[in-house]
Amino acid sequence: MKWDQFFITDEPLIVGAGISILLTGLGIIFVLTYLKKWKWLWNEWLTTVDHKKIGIMYILFAILMLFRGGVDALMMRTQLAVPNAHFLDAQHYNEIFTTHGTIMILFMAMPFLIGLINVVIPLQIGARDVAYPYLNAVSFWTFFFGACLFNISFVIGGSPSAGWTSYMPLAGNELSPGPGQNYYLLGLQISGIGTLLTGINFLVTILKMRAKGMTLLRMPMFTWSTLITCVIIIFAFPILTVALALMTFDRLFGSHFFTLASGGMDMLWANLFWLWGHPEVYIVILPAFGMFSEIISTFSRKTLFGYKAMVYSMLVIAGLSFVVWVHHFFTMGSGAAVNSFFSITTMAIGIPTGVKIFNWLFTMYKGKISVTTPMLWSLGFIVNFVIGGVTGVMLAMGAADYQYHNTYFLISHFHYVLIAGTVFGCFAGLHFWYPKMVGYKLNERIGKWCFWIFTIGFNICFFPMYILGLDGMPRRIYTYNASDGWTELNIVATIGAFMMGIGFILLVYNVYYSFRYAKREQTGDAWDGRTLEWSTTSAIPPHYNFAKIPEVTGLDGFWRSKQEKETENVEYKPIHMPSYSGRPFVMSAFLFISGFGLVFEWWAIAILGAIGTLICMVLRSFDYDDGYYVNVEEIQKTESVYKEV
Amino acid sequence: MDHGYQQHTNTNAHLEYQSGQGRLNILGFWVFLGAEVALFSTLFATYFVLMHRTANGPVSSELFQVPSVLIMTFLLLTSSFTCGLAIHEMRRSNLKGVIIWLVVTLLLGAGFLGFEIKEFIEYTHEGVTLSTSAYWSAFFVLTGTHGLHVTLGLGWIILIMIQLKQRGLTPTTTSKVFISSLYWHFLDVVWIFIFTGVYLIGMVMHHG
Repeated sequence: MKWDQFFITDEPLIVGAGISILLTGLGIIFVLTYLKKWKWLWNEWLTTVDHKKIGIMYILFAILMLFRGGVDALMMRTQLAVPNAHFLDAQHYNEIFTTHGTIMILFMAMPFLIGLINVVIPLQIGARDVAYPYLNAVSFWTFFFGACLFNISFVIGGSPSAGWTSYMPLAGNELSPGPGQNYYLLGLQISGIGTLLTGINFLVTILKMRAKGMTLLRMPMFTWSTLITCVIIIFAFPILTVALALMTFDRLFGSHFFTLASGGMDMLWANLFWLWGHPEVYIVILPAFGMFSEIISTFSRKTLFGYKAMVYSMLVIAGLSFVVWVHHFFTMGSGAAVNSFFSITTMAIGIPTGVKIFNWLFTMYKGKISVTTPMLWSLGFIVNFVIGGVTGVMLAMGAADYQYHNTYFLISHFHYVLIAGTVFGCFAGLHFWYPKMVGYKLNERIGKWCFWIFTIGFNICFFPMYILGLDGMPRRIYTYNASDGWTELNIVATIGAFMMGIGFILLVYNVYYSFRYAKREQTGDAWDGRTLEWSTTSAIPPHYNFAKIPEVTGLDGFWRSKQEKETENVEYKPIHMPSYSGRPFVMSAFLFISGFGLVFEWWAIAILGAIGTLICMVLRSFDYDDGYYVNVEEIQKTESVYKEV
Repeated sequence: MDHGYQQHTNTNAHLEYQSGQGRLNILGFWVFLGAEVALFSTLFATYFVLMHRTANGPVSSELFQVPSVLIMTFLLLTSSFTCGLAIHEMRRSNLKGVIIWLVVTLLLGAGFLGFEIKEFIEYTHEGVTLSTSAYWSAFFVLTGTHGLHVTLGLGWIILIMIQLKQRGLTPTTTSKVFISSLYWHFLDVVWIFIFTGVYLIGMVMHHG
């Protein structure tokens, strides 16, 4: 490979992005060196096994990826604003919709939710950490390096361009030569390891480490949704692992799983991809459902309506999520019987989802509602998500789907569920638990402006796409003719997209503004909360979370204990905590090296990375570090500081 | 002392279940095996979908050899038994017995692996490789993934044996031995499905 193919130099936009990445990188290195913060970075963050810090790193990375995916989106909307535009060429457009989709689902939605899960769940169940703190760090760093591997593709070697679904034979060697598709396969493979480990970790954490008295049916709804999400992750992600591995074999080692020649079956890829892919959309929506439940209950000052129905409906959704995948390709032609079966299972998902919507509404009924920013996002979710859900039922009808398939109708549908569901959920959760992470709230005034501009922009952007889709505009086209009659609505959609961009800037500005000016929280209970994460003595919980593990006597445990106003003199005992370790970071860096070698088929580098990874695992096996104890004096000192305030 | 769950000890339980972290690790590994079931199920499904797609190339019944597969099956199933004996000795707190039976397990596993490698080399000499047809791609990746698991298992058990030598039977080392035994039995279960689903069905498969 020549160097001018290695670094992308023929595309001014990409060169500009490359240079700005380089400058930003140099700037970060300069600032860290100038402020002498390298040691701090390593000791406090890169080696941490504290679930709260890991969660914050997940969220920071997700917001960075939201920026990258958002820029991709704005570039697409700019290209499509008018007919026959020349802002992007066909190949570049293909690359951008591929990276946009992949990044938004896997490197934005997933880490945002997993980040919030990391910060909140151990606190919410009254635990001091997760079941496997070391493994949690491995999860984050494999995810991080996998995502980085995917992200560098556009400056080094070229991005994948076969869509985030990477259908065969398009994603095969003949039609997608070069390293782009390999980046997709290896980046997702490495980050997928992290997701699977997170699933196992939190399943065991929730099952085994709940505070005394917190029976399964006293768990907060966010904990329930995380538990069910973990089960879906554990059964769905291995399917992706296999599918990616098989395509990697096809591309690198000449096997014939999905090729057209030698008996391969291209639709086998589509089936495997969506066997993972459909459960995946529930992996990114169920935690959001859980967060909305917490927020709506808190700001209605009422216990969640229909608690058990909420749990059962999530279980039903989780089960159904594995038996609907064919609805992604009704047009494959599986026949009337098969299509009907999957139509019915798909429509059936509307029932438990409807139950949940009504339960949220009834939670608010006769509640003392306060419309804070997190509550606003939750209310916006209910309205907009229903629009997405109803059009989903339309798409579920196999026969009618032949009309909508691969049109902007579909694009609009899944943005209405993924943005109004997952992204609104992430924003709601971020605002809600922000004081728990940093000790002060995000500014309410800016937050509300952000909500309205983003939500109105969202509807201006995506609602016209329903009409465009019914009018026959296909997805993934890089331009169209004026005679197609799609111009006006496309201009409208582009305006909406830029409004969403402004909303995002306001969110980031809010982070800065609140850092400078927000009033610091004096207690751990910023919103008059109901669940245990608000019962910590300080705004930001100390690294051991709870000086004394709380006890729970019913649903909304903290709310109950506040009503009873119990005060007791706590006698502290030493607390056992796990030690930090730099090995997860190093091991994941080796995985990155190995993946990078495989992308370019540089076998020596790939083997070197694999050996490094194995050595790290062997070292871990011989690691008998049993953690350490926080002594009573330190706990007393920490706790008394908060008490005096 | 106010321990977290990880530190709760229960001296009435078996050694590997005594420490809280040991119990958590064993449960977590069961969950991981659930994910492994999903992984192998996907590989089996792929194999059965592609079973007749031999692209006019060689079919399995032309290459599969009954004696070799039977020996492999015998070796691996026996190794699962000896692995169980190692756990039995562990429960009797007999370190020497644990090591002996683990060594036997390793030798049987290595024997299995040797036969599998020999089988793959022979197929290659017959001109059948990963890229011969969709069927052979699926065959090599399914059996190869199992073989890779066995290889990793061998390396893993060796590491644990070193730790047993260094530290003896403690709650930590015994939970490691127990977990690796779960893994080893799981590979046996997968092999039973490969033996029946791939080899026995494959023996009678012909062009068509």
